[in-house]
Amino acid sequence: MIEFNLNGASTQFDGATDTPLLWLLRDELGLTGTKFGCGMAQCGACTVHLNGTAIRSCVTPVSALQGQEITTIEGLSENGDHPVQEAWMECNVPQCGYCQPGQIMQAAALLKSNPNPSDQDIESAMNGNICRCGTYPRIRKAIAAAAEKGGAK
Amino acid sequence: MIAEQSRRDFIENLGKGGAFLLGFSFLPARSLAKAGEEVAASFEPNVFVSIEPSGKVNIVCHFSEMGQRVRTSVGQVIADELEADWKHVNVVQAMGDEKYGSQNTDGSRSIRNNLPRLRKAGATGRVMLEQAAANRWGVDVSECKAELSEVVHAKSGKKIGFGALVADAAKLEVPDQDSLKLKDRKDWRYIGKAVDSVDDAGVVQGTNVFGQDIRLDGMKYAVIARPPVVFGKASSFDASKALAVAGVERVEELPVLEGNAGMKPVGGIAVIAENTWSAIKGRRALEIEWEDGANATYDSEVYRKELEEAVKGPGDVLRSEGDVDAALASSEKRVVRDYYMAHLAHATMEPPAAAATPRGEGVEIWTSTQNPQAIQQNGPGYLGVKQEDIVVNVAFLGGGFGRKSKADFALEAAWLAKKIDGPVKVVWTREDDIRHCYYHSCNAQRFEAGIDKEGKVTALLARSAYPGISSTFNSAAENPGSFELDLGFKDNAFYVPHMRLENPKAKGHVRIGWLRSVCNIFHAFGAQTFADELAAELGRDPKDFLLELIGPDRDIDLTQTKNPYGNYGDTIERHPVNTGRLSHVTREAAKMAGWGRKLPKRRGLGVAAHRSFLTYVATVMEVEVSESGNVKVVGIWTAADAGTIVNLDAVNAQCEGGAIFGISCALGEITAKAGRIQQSNYHDYLVARMAETPITSEVKVIESDAYPAGVGEPATPPAAPAFCNAIFAATGKRIRSLPIGNQLRA
Repeated sequence: MIEFNLNGASTQFDGATDTPLLWLLRDELGLTGTKFGCGMAQCGACTVHLNGTAIRSCVTPVSALQGQEITTIEGLSENGDHPVQEAWMECNVPQCGYCQPGQIMQAAALLKSNPNPSDQDIESAMNGNICRCGTYPRIRKAIAAAAEKGGAK
Repeated sequence: MIAEQSRRDFIENLGKGGAFLLGFSFLPARSLAKAGEEVAASFEPNVFVSIEPSGKVNIVCHFSEMGQRVRTSVGQVIADELEADWKHVNVVQAMGDEKYGSQNTDGSRSIRNNLPRLRKAGATGRVMLEQAAANRWGVDVSECKAELSEVVHAKSGKKIGFGALVADAAKLEVPDQDSLKLKDRKDWRYIGKAVDSVDDAGVVQGTNVFGQDIRLDGMKYAVIARPPVVFGKASSFDASKALAVAGVERVEELPVLEGNAGMKPVGGIAVIAENTWSAIKGRRALEIEWEDGANATYDSEVYRKELEEAVKGPGDVLRSEGDVDAALASSEKRVVRDYYMAHLAHATMEPPAAAATPRGEGVEIWTSTQNPQAIQQNGPGYLGVKQEDIVVNVAFLGGGFGRKSKADFALEAAWLAKKIDGPVKVVWTREDDIRHCYYHSCNAQRFEAGIDKEGKVTALLARSAYPGISSTFNSAAENPGSFELDLGFKDNAFYVPHMRLENPKAKGHVRIGWLRSVCNIFHAFGAQTFADELAAELGRDPKDFLLELIGPDRDIDLTQTKNPYGNYGDTIERHPVNTGRLSHVTREAAKMAGWGRKLPKRRGLGVAAHRSFLTYVATVMEVEVSESGNVKVVGIWTAADAGTIVNLDAVNAQCEGGAIFGISCALGEITAKAGRIQQSNYHDYLVARMAETPITSEVKVIESDAYPAGVGEPATPPAAPAFCNAIFAATGKRIRSLPIGNQLRA
């Protein structure tokens, strides 16, 4: 039995411990905001926070979660009002939207550790998150906008 | 913003024991009337509009949303003519149904083919609501005017909300569509404006439901081991180890692919499990002997040489003007160049997925499809059920780019649901997506120009060889269809008196499909790189030379070509191939980019211009290439003339994203050996990441009242040649073959 904190609530799992967190979230817990894109930490669509740090849930086995704190897009804010989410809306970032929960989680973690990232910091932090629609220029703008408004919240 | 698309509704849906976890904004159209609610309570003047007594205006979008903001755009058009207040508008996703007309969300045609029709759908409602108010007040309808969800009687100052008129309006006869008076363009409230997407709140909260996200009560999860070579099959398999994996419940063999590939599944062995992870592990444990079939020898490197050989010789003549051979023979200078582009894959962020459950005699499907009707049309032959018994719900698409206009993945789910007699979701992994794609065609082109003493291009011979999409639907096809050759090849815009365009034969060995802007990708790459090469040969400024090559403003005469020019399904009268518009966007893009400015060492500007989907786009890119050969795009400037547009910000976004998609076209490649695709995931199929893309991306949308043209695709074709022309300007190294790969490495 693995016990961990998920979006503020204690969660147990007694299935196969090699199960990637991604599939536990999506299939067992119905938290489908975390997306499946590649299964090998190449695209970032499955990004969640482990103790506040961005990780790829598709390659994080449940066995690694004992006692840890996990936050998914569903738990990032009460009402979708995290500064990064708000900046995403203001800058009209999304196109298809599939990669965006992962982009947002990555950006939120970046701003937490680096409240005023340079263009290069943004690029380095976000380069593991693919957006096939090509929203990168707007993602850059949104992160800068969120930083200005104190996105480290 | 859209009216309260409450989180509460969503949670309520979650809470209902048997309810499907479909997002609130994606309730199928039939749910417009909720259980226990009188259907007649709403006013439904046509299949697109339904107004509730509360005043809530439901607008049906019959196209699929994949990021082009079509749900918002359709809402804008209908709400505008209806005079609905945007804050009362709720966009409802249509299910697959012929009553809407074609729902194929492909070919950049949603707006260009439907704008008048959607306007009329809104205007019908407005006229009827005005009539209902006039009847109630006993005044002439000419004195009543709908304004922002109310009907106003100016003389008396009376006002009444749409909701209060619903019951009366529902009793009126629907007016003749030809007699409808549409609003004047100057009175448009929403059309042409940069309206925020109605779906962004769901995106940023992760609540929008994509095909991969569908959850049905009691649903099983399936992954499929598909034949590694298309038209191959399992000669034998042993499922015992797969069945021993915890959570795996069944293993089923899908029908073998026969005849033409079409939209059918490719077959294979499905592992059905309690969850996706068990299914993935079960698939790994399958022991399968494959029989590869006729495509077992397909080698894309060998095939490339065949294509490159083919363009050295003659092909079907598609267009011929003047006497090319004589003009070439008598020219002062001849320039010959060859170009190649590899196969590409869509690699949508959301790999294909579909869920299905048996329903009566048929099946109900939930999937991220660009074309629900294609599933209904292709289902009967594969599933053995009637077309009318195939119900298709359309989820959000995590990217489409043409891949999801195919029915194969939905039919897999439907077939398995029937087989196991229960709900099942077929999950494609990234590896499945890359290896079982409908690939963008690989292509070879040869261009030869004859130049006279004054440095004018007097003759142009161009050949383009590639396996066609036609081969997917007819294995015997040896030439692409006219619908493919028309895409940026037959409509060559250069002003050259002697021109001949040819298409040598080429057979297909993988499934070839549509990829965002399709053959325009390689045709623009060939023609626009060649133009840049001629400029360099002649020592001319590339932008000035390109404008000279496009020549005087005119409509190009394509009446004498082999097979009528398709013009993207629209008439040449409404949409002539006009070089003036092409030149105009070229000048505009150059102006935005500050063309001609002094650049630091190893930086360069490149330009390309191309008409596709009736839209004219010019792109300027600035790149920086490091000594070690790393390329960075520093800026992109795009000018687009798409005629009348609906959502300005969506057009901007499509131009920004379309250009980046075009950069990806210069980075990735799909290759095959022994019929097997050699790439599998994003580590070996490269697409643009943030580091490859610029901070500066500016778009100018030309203001125009011309007929609406396509938006989703046209920014892609000029991107790769602008990119490569910029690389030449920065380094002197000419890229004639894509992907760029190691060509810039020392």
